[in-house]
Amino acid sequence: MNILVCVKRVPAPGARINITNDGQQVDTAFLGFTVSPHEECAVEQAVQLIEKHGGDVTVLTLGPIEAEEQLRTAVSTGATKAVLVPIDTTDWDPQKTAEAIAKVVAELETANGKYDLVLFGNESADSCGYQVGIRTALKLGRPIVNGAKGLEIEDTVAKIRRESDAGVEIYKLTMPACVGVKEGINLPRYPTMKGRLASKKVAVAQSKVDANSGGLKLITLQRPPERVSNTVILGNGPEAAPAVVDLLEELGVFK
Amino acid sequence: MSEFPKSAKCVVIGAGIVGNCLVGHLSKLGWTNMVQIDKGPLPNPGGSTGHASNFIFPTDHNKEMALLTLASQQQYIELGMNNTCGGIEVARNPERLEEFNRRMTSAKSWGIDAKLLSPAEVKELVPFINEKIVLGGYYTPSVSCVDSLQTGTLMRESAVKAGNLSVFANTEVLDLEVENGTIKAVVTNKGRIETEYVVVACGVWSPRIAKMAGASIPLTPAVHQMADVGPIDILQKTNAEVAFPIIRDMDTFCYERQTAGSMEVGSYAHRAIFMHPDEIPSNEASALSPTELPLTQDDFDPQMEQAIELMDMLGDAEIKYAINGLLSLTPDAMPVLGETVEVKNLWSAAAVWIKEGPGIAQLVAEWMTYGYPHLCDPHSSDISRFYPHEKTEHHIYARCDEHFNKTYGIVHPREQWASQRDMRRSPFYPREEAAGAKFFDARGWERPQWFTSNEKLIKKFKTACEDRPHEWDARWWSPITNAEHLQMRESVGMVDLTAFNEFDFTGKGAMKFLQYMCVNNVDVEVGRSVYTPLLTPAGGFRGDLTIMRLADEHFRVITGAFDGGRDNYWFRRHMPNDGSVVFTDMSSALCTIGVWGPNAEKTMAKIVTGDHKPFDVSQKNFPYGAVRNVLIGGVPCTMFRISYVGENGWEIYTKMEHGLRVWDAIAAAGKEFEIIPVGMGVYAVTGRIEKGYRLMGAELESEYNPVEAGLARPKVKSADFIGKAAYLKAREEKPCAIMCTLEMLDQTSKSGLKRYPTGGNEPILTKNGDRIVDAKGRVSRVTTAGAGPSVGKYLLLAYLTPEHAVEGNELRVMYMNELFPVRVARVGSQPLFDPTDARMKS
Amino acid sequence: MSVLAVIEHDRGAMTSASLGVMTAARNLAKQMNTKFEAVTIGANADRLSETISNFGATTVHQAHNSMLVDYGPEAWGESLAQVVRKSSPQVVIGTGTERGHEIVAQAAARLDLPAAMNCIEFDKDFNGTQPLKVTRTRWGGSLLEQAAIDAPIKLVTLANHVVEPQEELAASPATVSPIEVQLDESVAQSFVQDRVERVAGVTLATSPVVVSGGRGVGSAEAFAPLEELAALLKGVVGCSRAVTNNGWRNHTDQVGQTGTRIAPDIYIACGISGAIQHWVGAMASKNILAINTDAQANIVTKAGYAVIGDLHKVVPAISAEIRRRQAK
Repeated sequence: MNILVCVKRVPAPGARINITNDGQQVDTAFLGFTVSPHEECAVEQAVQLIEKHGGDVTVLTLGPIEAEEQLRTAVSTGATKAVLVPIDTTDWDPQKTAEAIAKVVAELETANGKYDLVLFGNESADSCGYQVGIRTALKLGRPIVNGAKGLEIEDTVAKIRRESDAGVEIYKLTMPACVGVKEGINLPRYPTMKGRLASKKVAVAQSKVDANSGGLKLITLQRPPERVSNTVILGNGPEAAPAVVDLLEELGVFK
Repeated sequence: MSEFPKSAKCVVIGAGIVGNCLVGHLSKLGWTNMVQIDKGPLPNPGGSTGHASNFIFPTDHNKEMALLTLASQQQYIELGMNNTCGGIEVARNPERLEEFNRRMTSAKSWGIDAKLLSPAEVKELVPFINEKIVLGGYYTPSVSCVDSLQTGTLMRESAVKAGNLSVFANTEVLDLEVENGTIKAVVTNKGRIETEYVVVACGVWSPRIAKMAGASIPLTPAVHQMADVGPIDILQKTNAEVAFPIIRDMDTFCYERQTAGSMEVGSYAHRAIFMHPDEIPSNEASALSPTELPLTQDDFDPQMEQAIELMDMLGDAEIKYAINGLLSLTPDAMPVLGETVEVKNLWSAAAVWIKEGPGIAQLVAEWMTYGYPHLCDPHSSDISRFYPHEKTEHHIYARCDEHFNKTYGIVHPREQWASQRDMRRSPFYPREEAAGAKFFDARGWERPQWFTSNEKLIKKFKTACEDRPHEWDARWWSPITNAEHLQMRESVGMVDLTAFNEFDFTGKGAMKFLQYMCVNNVDVEVGRSVYTPLLTPAGGFRGDLTIMRLADEHFRVITGAFDGGRDNYWFRRHMPNDGSVVFTDMSSALCTIGVWGPNAEKTMAKIVTGDHKPFDVSQKNFPYGAVRNVLIGGVPCTMFRISYVGENGWEIYTKMEHGLRVWDAIAAAGKEFEIIPVGMGVYAVTGRIEKGYRLMGAELESEYNPVEAGLARPKVKSADFIGKAAYLKAREEKPCAIMCTLEMLDQTSKSGLKRYPTGGNEPILTKNGDRIVDAKGRVSRVTTAGAGPSVGKYLLLAYLTPEHAVEGNELRVMYMNELFPVRVARVGSQPLFDPTDARMKS
Repeated sequence: MSVLAVIEHDRGAMTSASLGVMTAARNLAKQMNTKFEAVTIGANADRLSETISNFGATTVHQAHNSMLVDYGPEAWGESLAQVVRKSSPQVVIGTGTERGHEIVAQAAARLDLPAAMNCIEFDKDFNGTQPLKVTRTRWGGSLLEQAAIDAPIKLVTLANHVVEPQEELAASPATVSPIEVQLDESVAQSFVQDRVERVAGVTLATSPVVVSGGRGVGSAEAFAPLEELAALLKGVVGCSRAVTNNGWRNHTDQVGQTGTRIAPDIYIACGISGAIQHWVGAMASKNILAINTDAQANIVTKAGYAVIGDLHKVVPAISAEIRRRQAK
């Protein structure tokens, strides 16, 4: 199998996300960076698939040059190849990103043959756009289903499990296909020390492309107003139990 | 939740291991109405305690740190928070095996059970280690892991339960108010508290908080990298938090510590990475906590390779948690404790690690309660030790950068700093440099330890200039010192003593004030001097210095470079504030030359004059202990007839700018006597030890009193002074330890090499190899070691119990894990060389 | 010219998120002085026109094609794109749900138009002629973004639970405008092929009571008292990300930004510190009771109610109290 996983470098913030003075970015001065959680799971899923079926997992990111760190992290958890699409900002808009990725995928496929699967995260942790995978898939002319909480391969078909309020939905896409993966599909492994050390030796290919800007433009970022709550302390320790049950009764929990 | 208080007796800022244990100890010592605040949540407010690896390796070469660590471990045990797992330091290099011998020696001193292991024995205890790359191990069965968060919580709650403390988390300090040099109030985001005392126990944030009051706590937050890898089968199967001994891979500066099913790998091998306290992110903005920053992976990669080399299983374990953890580093790697020198009643309890936290909390609590700690002498942790240039960020970064990788390093007791040199130079520096001085650092001063220009004298005094065959013994040492020593004793030598501190006290109240500070009577005639100890309230040594009376209301205190900061603080802290005493620090105004030897008087007679007339420098006109204002080559100087090396001669004081001229005048006058410059190797070691002179910080510490040190005078003055009651009591009791001079009888080791103990707390043992511990629990150990070229013996100073303090008594000294026979040569203060002091006084 | 609401439904059953979308579309249309229209996809949704009428739509575009039986993201996206091309709305608003985002993204890709997901506010001065300024959530709601959509047609989704549904009958019932959309093989693959219907009972997403545990619970076994309390309250057990990361519970139980977002009547958070990841998933709860040893923990300061104490002691005490009262 030949799987491509598109990942995004995002900061790993704390409970309060600080914004740079110009309001254009998250202040990452003392933050680490990580692969966006859904995509972390996509990498894990891809690695599990090649562990079962054989093949290669290529990780691709469009991001600043520092995003090489996230590619190496993916390699240290089992991806076999890495491609960086360098850009000189931290982020492109979704239309521009999708156009660029589609171009690079086409280039890569011309050189190495088609990817059976192109995996995306359901949405990125930072901008939460829910669309890069879908736009890219359309440009590649491949089917895509988002929200995958299960992904198996049966011959040439990718079988996708997706959760809904009503239960579980099963989708079947004939490969080559694209899938948007959701956290919970697996518990991604952490890099091992040996994996980390080996990942340093893997070459990261660079593929520079340009694309047209889309119509969604960031004006400014802001923190939502702090929710102030005057917490009612019902008591300390087990002695608070009657007060808790009083509250539950009041809220009608036992009706 | 209780109302935020408006006033308190004491506000402790910080709820890490130190702040928590401190409130517990203060409460035990009777403090009430205390408030503890932290800007973070409880029980883990986000400081270094929260991510500490929480293990204790008790062996330390430094007495203060060893005692504090052992006291801490004892407290963890008493609270049920000590989990003994054992620990093995492993060697990859042969030098490390030598260091293990040294560690065995220190362990013996402090009564720590320890054992050297072969690689196979290491493997037996830690089956997953690659014993092929291990040369040996140093095993300490009592190594333990502690729960520092829970310990802190218990200590804090003990103070709350006793009704002595209220605690406020999520409370940020915005300002510290100072009035008339005294702390007045703490302003927080929850309100303002007026308070008598404030303790800064804020770990990495301490400098930032102290600065709000205009005080300085010289430390820097620095990164210590660690990663948690797992799960690992063999560890999981133990079903224990820590079942295998902790491994310290000493030569890669790494450790491996089991944490349940995982292994924590920590490193002190990476480049020093500092962070400014103002830059540390808030609790809310941190992904983990303010002191658990994202790992800079590239820095950690080499350590991972080494860790895998030692334990292959680590390679396939997942890295579940990896941080750049922040901890506190200070310029000399010791804590920063005590009242700040800038602000009265503002205390620092900072730069403390988990292993010594509870002990230090006890020490600081005692210090605040009794005026000085009882647990042990805190002089190497004392915040007042720093000179101004040592409190700058420049200095902190330079020194921390230098010593960070020595955390697991092999540090020689005489090891010199490479950074921040040439900070202070005496006026004689050009001559010293020309004479090939080997400079040692004395709190910024460049002091010649010996002069290569004197190398030729080695031939002259060949038999007395030992050749130290072992590199360790010869490190930071030269046989030239012995040659300088003998030339001085034979003729005359001159010593640069500019690093001395001179404190002038003037005014109507000066005499009365100094009487209160000093044991001995300072009310001497003008032109006379007095040697005196300063005592702690409990009667132990707080200082030791000489005072000249220059005029009725003008006294000059002379003290050493290493104690100047502490003494400066101690005097000023007790000075009356009614204007009756004026304090002037003259240290940067004056330089000092010592001239000593049988030909010193002849030399000086040639150049010393009075105003328009000759000056008689004979003992008759200018007796021992006298102080005279004279001209030397026309330069006004103050001559002080005294000696720390046991020879006739003077300390000569003049203004810095006159210094070089005076130096040259003395050198020219002494030429016919073959005068030589003499280094500190003679002044501080060989000359001193032959005379049995005690040194503050070595023989003289707050655990010991003047009676034990042999420095009690026949009479006690009537005036009151600090520690008087305790001193009087000590004089009535039989001392349970007595300072003695010992000589080594046979220095040949099993290897056939002659060995020369460095004087780093080597234990003095009975012939059976048993430790000698006195009735107060103090152990006999070498406080100073050095050659006695004039007596032909290698000498040691040590406190012995009365039954062993008998001249001729044969004992043993342990050095590098070997026992050598020694004999008690002198009991008490009587010197081995020139016992009647005839040379100094004729 | 109109504001078009995209009605989300499952095989003909409208989802509650669609109600908020219709309310928002109607309000925006009023502001723009234009019409509020809606689109349903699949003939099985034709019956929703009455509900839509009740919300004041003037027209319901009913996309029909024989393929449109069950849900299929690409077919639905293509259908929406064709309705948009035909009806030329100024703004298209979808639901802020998995399907809603997917349909709007699919349509936007096909129309080569920008799309902004999870909007919580629209420019009050927007009249249809200028770029549309929106406020949308990023970081799962921890940050807000002001963005401008510069395009002839503005596609957005409305963040869930942001707009309270309000019916408002129009002067006359909505005009039904069926349209036979053209769908080819390229969108045929991605339909739901099979289902595993949920067994009856409450889910984490829908349960009115959630008893949740965090790192403070300590182990998988230590969740037993939480299970017991949840059973007494006829609720379900949830957990924080730390718990799933430790392998104590399955990810399906995880409340949070990357887990399930919940809005129960009461959320009982035991030994949970309240990291942002978690808070984002729980903040829509109507009431929050935190049980924590730390009175200063993030969750305690944000919760309406709190008990300060060790959950291992407090939770069994609550269960015991409930049983005691039930025995009476």
